[in-house]
Amino acid sequence: MPAELVIKDLHVSVDNKPILQGVDLTIRQGEVHALMGPNGSGKSTLAYTIAGHPHYVVTGGDILLDGQSILGKPADERAKAGLFLAFQYPTAIPGVSMANFLRQAVSAVRGYTDRARASVSDGGSAKPIGSELMPMRDFRKELGEKMEKLNIDASFARRYLNDGFSGGEKKRAEILQMAMLEPKIAVLDETDSGLDIDALRVVAEGVNSLIGPNLGALLITHYQRLLNYIRPDFVHVFYNGRVVMSGGPELALELESRGYDWIRQEFGEPVPGQEAA
Amino acid sequence: MPATNADRDALAGLKSEYKYGFSQPEQYVFKARKGLDHDIVEQISTMKKEPEWMRKFRHESLDIFFSKSTPTWGPDLSGIRYDDIYFYIKPAEAQGKSWDDVPTDIRETFDKLGIPEAERKFLAGVGAQYESEAIYHSLKDEWEKLGVIFTDSDSGLREHEDIYKEYFGTVIPAADNTYAALNSAVWSGGSFVYIPKGVHLDIPLQAYFRINAQSMGQFERTLIIVDEGASVHYVEGCTAPIYAADSLHSGVIEILVRKNARCRYTTIQNWSTNVYNLVTQRSLVQEGGTMEWVDSNLGSKVTMKYPSIYMLGEGAHGQILSMAFAGPGQHQDAGGKLIHAAPNTSSQLISKSISKGGGRTSYRGLLKVSKGAHGAKSNVVCDALLLDERSRSDTYPYIEIDEDDVTVGHEASVSKIGEEQLFYLMSRGLTESAASAMIVSGFIEPMVKELPMEYAVEMNRLIQLQMEGSIG
Repeated sequence: MPAELVIKDLHVSVDNKPILQGVDLTIRQGEVHALMGPNGSGKSTLAYTIAGHPHYVVTGGDILLDGQSILGKPADERAKAGLFLAFQYPTAIPGVSMANFLRQAVSAVRGYTDRARASVSDGGSAKPIGSELMPMRDFRKELGEKMEKLNIDASFARRYLNDGFSGGEKKRAEILQMAMLEPKIAVLDETDSGLDIDALRVVAEGVNSLIGPNLGALLITHYQRLLNYIRPDFVHVFYNGRVVMSGGPELALELESRGYDWIRQEFGEPVPGQEAA
Repeated sequence: MPATNADRDALAGLKSEYKYGFSQPEQYVFKARKGLDHDIVEQISTMKKEPEWMRKFRHESLDIFFSKSTPTWGPDLSGIRYDDIYFYIKPAEAQGKSWDDVPTDIRETFDKLGIPEAERKFLAGVGAQYESEAIYHSLKDEWEKLGVIFTDSDSGLREHEDIYKEYFGTVIPAADNTYAALNSAVWSGGSFVYIPKGVHLDIPLQAYFRINAQSMGQFERTLIIVDEGASVHYVEGCTAPIYAADSLHSGVIEILVRKNARCRYTTIQNWSTNVYNLVTQRSLVQEGGTMEWVDSNLGSKVTMKYPSIYMLGEGAHGQILSMAFAGPGQHQDAGGKLIHAAPNTSSQLISKSISKGGGRTSYRGLLKVSKGAHGAKSNVVCDALLLDERSRSDTYPYIEIDEDDVTVGHEASVSKIGEEQLFYLMSRGLTESAASAMIVSGFIEPMVKELPMEYAVEMNRLIQLQMEGSIG
């Protein structure tokens, strides 16, 4: 059975300010959804809330992954359950190489780390350094293959995570992480922002190569142009902290030609001070 | 091995004035004499069958120690109980300790680090035999063919008395500071290293290998001479915690780097957290020579350590990499001293400190450029990372520039682990403590990559262990 992320009447506040006001959305493995909306409509808040950022407080509703609420789980457990967020602004971690980071992340998500820990607490003796990680050979092989597939230069693995990366490099690094972590459901937050057309094409090709029966994707975007490269199955219009309209790919084209003004008119002006990233 | 004129000049200058010490007026309040007196010093010297001049040197040093007060310009040293300290333990007695005397947390850390059984006992000070003896002996034969001397200080004094007489206590005289005086009176253990002209040693000399020599003793004394055009890397300490029943460690490390020679001295200090670690390390560097201190301080209750480099010849270069980690109840007061006393000398100091769980780190550094040291270049960067609100970091930079034609840079930063960094890593499946550990190991990466491979791996593992438990 395909995995299913169900967002039910979700209300979220940031610093006691309500941002999300009743979001309903269901994403299944194998489906591509686009979530479009004007700036400040709360799209990124939805992304962060799904991933489990502690700053975003759920005041109502639920998020279920395969029928289980994930609201009580910290971000790392959600990642282990199969969720992934491609960040709009990935954070730099100086001094930590991409390869070292990816090996730890993959080991955590695939259970190597937990299994090593469990065997120690069961009274097993301590394992040598590195035994809680995916074997180096296997990891290197898989990383090499996936980097090649995504057209990423091998030197990338030795660079410090997002440190001094260009906008395009950061987004490609996110896609590489997604390829390695193999999530069931991925949220891509404004993956197209800050990219020129060539970089956008490269990133979109990467996403397309990962789309398939094992991945459910939620593409959050302000512009339609990303959808010239990645074809969604469903398009949702997000406004004032909720989904106000859903449809097929034709809805994206309509938004492109008409802009967001008619949405504003139809669903009301935002309340002042309710702007959110 | 006659002293060069440059050495003599340098030493003459040093003997007249030790103006680069951190100090404040002496108050002569030292009272804690119990446990240490001239009888003990006499015993040590007699037991070691030392020459008359060394016996005299020890007694004079003890008088100097008694005349000095406990320094109060830095960390709190009022907890040192001199009357509780054995100032000299014969190796045979040290071996008499039992494995059961070693605290549980230290034994557990050995476990987690995967340190082999025999090595653990050695590190814990309860066993004298250590299995790498065979490796050490084969290396030793190779070194001896090259004329390299690498031995313990007692043997050094016995077998190379002329060199000792010439240099011992000249780079760091007994009167330099309270703990140099104490060490000069009761020193025991440590290494003597001589690298002949033009000899390059590729394999680091590791005090770790040298068994039965108390290389990690309470009052070790090391003298290293790197002759013209030679190079050596000396490594002392290890990442596993060193358990010491006695709570004071006060080493003195003297290094002479001759013309165009190169010396790197790497310390990995992980004393148990009852230890006051008060060490004086200094090197004199001649024309075209290079000295590098790589200093990492993880353990101890209090550490005060400022490795110094006196660039005495034209074109000399000095580099100090200082790393400190202070957990609950720890105060790491570390940094370094760079003294440019010749033209076109260059130096760099990078300090990285981490404070956690109420721990405290201080960077204390001196950059001095003497009149006439034109063209001197120096760059000092100190970065502190605070892991929580209770922890503390301070910076005490001292800069004295007496020459106009210099290029000097100084940067300092204090940062906290960002919520966004943590969230980013956690969203990739890392637990909060694993994420923090990763950020910390990235922070110290510029240091760790300078360590020999096996130490670097252990260091990262150790940082992970230090991060576990208190977060998340």
